[in-house]
Amino acid sequence: MLPGFRSLAVLGVVVGAMGSIPARAETIRVNIDKLVFAPASISAKVGDTIEWVNADVLAHTATVKGDWNVMIPPKKTVSLVLRKAGDVEYFCRFHPNMKGRIAIAPK
Amino acid sequence: MFVRLSTAVAVVCLLGTPSFAQGAKPTDPQIAHIAYTAGVIDVTAAKQAIKKSKNKAVVSFAKDMVRDHEAVNKQALALVKKLKVTPEDNDTSRTLAKQATAKQAELAKLKGAAYDKAYAANEVAYHKAVIGALETQLIPASSNADLKSLLQTGVKIFQGHLEHAEHVAAELK
Repeated sequence: MLPGFRSLAVLGVVVGAMGSIPARAETIRVNIDKLVFAPASISAKVGDTIEWVNADVLAHTATVKGDWNVMIPPKKTVSLVLRKAGDVEYFCRFHPNMKGRIAIAPK
Repeated sequence: MFVRLSTAVAVVCLLGTPSFAQGAKPTDPQIAHIAYTAGVIDVTAAKQAIKKSKNKAVVSFAKDMVRDHEAVNKQALALVKKLKVTPEDNDTSRTLAKQATAKQAELAKLKGAAYDKAYAANEVAYHKAVIGALETQLIPASSNADLKSLLQTGVKIFQGHLEHAEHVAAELK
């Protein structure tokens, strides 16, 4: 068998597997600069990844009371995969005046 | 406006929380010194709290204060170095430092829940006073754009800490 043909067959399997996923998961970036989540309000779906990029010299969190508590160290990027649908309002535990919102649609 | 500001300062003085000297408009080197001093004062108060308090929420809040104010003051020092400005001691800084020392001595005499409540209440009052001074005096008086921007971020940090301090104070009631 030609090597080229084999890799084509493998590719076919990969594409086939991807075809079974209705919508591809996306990564949505939220920048943190001078104590502001930007964009403050985003829409996502279950399976998407939120990526917080902290440009501040301060540590922040993305916290939902009784649910997540994502630590975002200074000058670092932290990701979270969304697992369930719903409207989520989050804030920074250290600076509760920092607020964000994610509307999470089902897969 | 001036009358209202003086009244506010007078009220703050009566409450025994820090006051900011009124009078001549401060210069950028003086403003840098005042802002830096305000951060150092909160770090000193927080270190006292970490030693004295046994309340988890109070100690955790105090640790947040140390971490944030040290990070911001490091940034402030980098800025004054870049701008080739030497922070200049002044009456406002001296008054603030003197009041803070007195407050710390007062808090040192307290123990347990009484200390926790007094520390949290003072943090609320102190952050309010600093926000007021930044907004009404220091930001309008600053001329360098980078310094002004750092002070504006400072307001947001102090507002965040104020809300956090209010939560802690409410939990202690």
